[in-house]
Amino acid sequence: MSTATLEPVAAHAARRSRPFAWVEQSLTLAWRNIVRIKQNPEALADVTFQPIIFLLLFLFVFGGAIANGGTWHDYLPYLLPGLLVQTVVFSTMGTGVGLNDDFAKGVFDRFRSLPIARVAPLIGAVLGDAVRYTLSIVILMTTGFILGFRFQNGVGNGLLACLVVLLFALSLCWIWVWLGLKLKTAQGVQGIAFLVMFPLTFGSNIFVQTGTLPGFLQSWVKINPVAHLVDVMRGLMLGGPVEKPLLITLAWMVGLIAVFAPLAIRAYRRRT
Amino acid sequence: MSTTNQVAISAEGLVKKFGTTTALAGVDLTVPTGTVLGVLGPNGAGKTTAVRILGTLLRPDAGHATVGGFDVVREAPRVREIIGLTGQYASVDEDMSGHRNLVMIGRLLGMPRAQAKLRAAELLERFELSEAGDRIAKTYSGGMRRRLDLAASLVGNPSILYLDEPTTGLDPHARNGVWETIRNLVLDGTTVLLTTQYLEEADALADSLMVFDKGRVVASGRPAELKAQAGRQTLDVRPAEPGHLERVAAIVAEAVGVRPTVDVVNAVVSAPVPDGTSMPIVVRRLDEAGIAVTELSLRLPSLDEVFLALVGHAAVQDTAVLEGAGR
Repeated sequence: MSTATLEPVAAHAARRSRPFAWVEQSLTLAWRNIVRIKQNPEALADVTFQPIIFLLLFLFVFGGAIANGGTWHDYLPYLLPGLLVQTVVFSTMGTGVGLNDDFAKGVFDRFRSLPIARVAPLIGAVLGDAVRYTLSIVILMTTGFILGFRFQNGVGNGLLACLVVLLFALSLCWIWVWLGLKLKTAQGVQGIAFLVMFPLTFGSNIFVQTGTLPGFLQSWVKINPVAHLVDVMRGLMLGGPVEKPLLITLAWMVGLIAVFAPLAIRAYRRRT
Repeated sequence: MSTTNQVAISAEGLVKKFGTTTALAGVDLTVPTGTVLGVLGPNGAGKTTAVRILGTLLRPDAGHATVGGFDVVREAPRVREIIGLTGQYASVDEDMSGHRNLVMIGRLLGMPRAQAKLRAAELLERFELSEAGDRIAKTYSGGMRRRLDLAASLVGNPSILYLDEPTTGLDPHARNGVWETIRNLVLDGTTVLLTTQYLEEADALADSLMVFDKGRVVASGRPAELKAQAGRQTLDVRPAEPGHLERVAAIVAEAVGVRPTVDVVNAVVSAPVPDGTSMPIVVRRLDEAGIAVTELSLRLPSLDEVFLALVGHAAVQDTAVLEGAGR
C-alpha cells in the first residue's frame, strides 16, 4: 500500500523529453481501437455483413435489369469497383459515431486529463479505423472473387486501387471526426452522415453509367468526388483512363484533409 | 516557495458560463498539500465544473487556478503530470478488460510494455480486481467499476487526486470499500479533492468542507463547524420493549429539555439536540430505570436539512461574500 514501491514522479519528467512520444501515444490508442474490435465483433456488422448483403442485393435484384439484356455475370465487373467505394465511404461514418460515443462515455476526458499529445486520441482513432476499412475492402473483394470477379488490368493495379480507396477513406473520415466532436449525440452524427452519404454514393456512377442519368444529375456526378474515385477504381481494376480521375481524386483527398483535419483538431481542443 | 509546497490546489474567482447558465459564479478555494477537501452540493451546484477546470478539461471564463504551483490554463501539460481524475466524466473504456485499460494508460504515460503490465497487475491486486482483470469492464458491478476508475487514475502515481462523486449509486458495502481506498491514499500523502452529494461521506473523509450552491460557495469550514452551523442533530432512542416508549419519552424530555416525538410504528423516540452532551445523561437515566434499548444514536442532519439551514442563511452570507469580492 505504500508509495515507496511505486514509480517515482521523476520518470514522468523524463518522458517529456522524448520527441516522438505522440507517435507512440497515437499507436497505443490505435491499438485500443483494434482491441475493441476483437472484443466486440458484432460492432463490425457495418464492414462485414453489410457490404456482402449490398453486393448480393444489387447484383441479383438489379443486375439483370441494368445489364441491358445481359445477366448478373455481366454486371459484376461494373458493380464491384463502385460498390467497393460505397462500402468504404459508408464505413468512414463509424469513425465519427465512435468518437462521439467515446466523448459521451467520458473515455476522452480520461485521455485529455493525461499528459499526452493533444492530437494523439484523434490520430489513434483514425489509424485504428484504418483496420476496419481494410477489413471491409478484404471482405468485399473476397466475396467478389468467389462470385467470379477478376482483376483485368493486372493484380498490381488491382491492389493499387484498393490502396487508393483506403487512402480516400482516411481523408474523408476527417469530416466525421469533426462532426463527431461537434454534434451532441451519436444519432445526430449518423443522421447527418446518411444525409451526405446518399447523394454522394447513389448520385454517382456506382450503379449505372452516367449517360443514363438526367442532365442535372450528370452535372452533379461531374463534381462528385465519389464518381471520380469510382473511375479510378474501374480504370485500375478493369483497364481504362486513370490519370485524370486520379489527379482529381488526389486533389479532393488533400482538400478534405486540409479543411477538415484542422477543423476537427480545433473542435477537439474546444470541446467542453 | 514554501507556500507552493504547502498549497496543492488554489483557485481564485473562478467563473464559468455555459450559454446563459452560470455554472460557477466566482469560486475561491485552497487545498493544503496532503489534505482532503470535500465539496458538497446538490446536482447542478457547480461541483463538477470546478473539478473539470482544476483538471484542465475546461478553461475558466474568469479567475485563475494553480495546481501543484502550475497554472491550469497556461501550464496545463505540467498539471496533467501530477493529477489523477476519477468521476462521472473521466471514465475507463467499457469495451476493454480492466487489465488492458490499465496497461493502455501506462503505455500512454510512456512506460515500457513490461512495466505497464506490472503496474496494471499491481493496481488490480491492490483494488481486489485481479480475478476480474481479464473481463471487459462492461461486466463489472458498480463497486468494481469505481475501483477500476480509481485504479486508472492512479497508474501515473499522481500526487493530487480529483474524485468526482466517487460513491454515487453504490451500495453501502461498495461505498465503504471506496472510502477505505481513499483513506489509504491520503495516508500515503496524496492530496484529494472530493465532490459528493452526501454529508456523511464528506464528514467521513474530508479535513475541510465547502458547500456549493448555484455556482457559489455558501459555506466552508471543518466538518464539525459546518454541522454546528447546519444546526441540530437528532437523538434517537429505541427501547427493546415497545411498552417502554412512554417512559423513555419522559426520560429524554427531562434530559434534553424538549418534548421528544414518539414514533409508535417504529417504536422510536426522537428529540432534536444541539450536540451529544445529553447522551450520557439519557444513558444513565435509562440504566437507573432498568430499561433496555436496542438503539441509541445521534443522527446527523440530512443533506436536505443542512441545505435548508446553510442556504437559508446564505441570503445574508451572500451579501457578505459579494462585498468581500468587491473590495
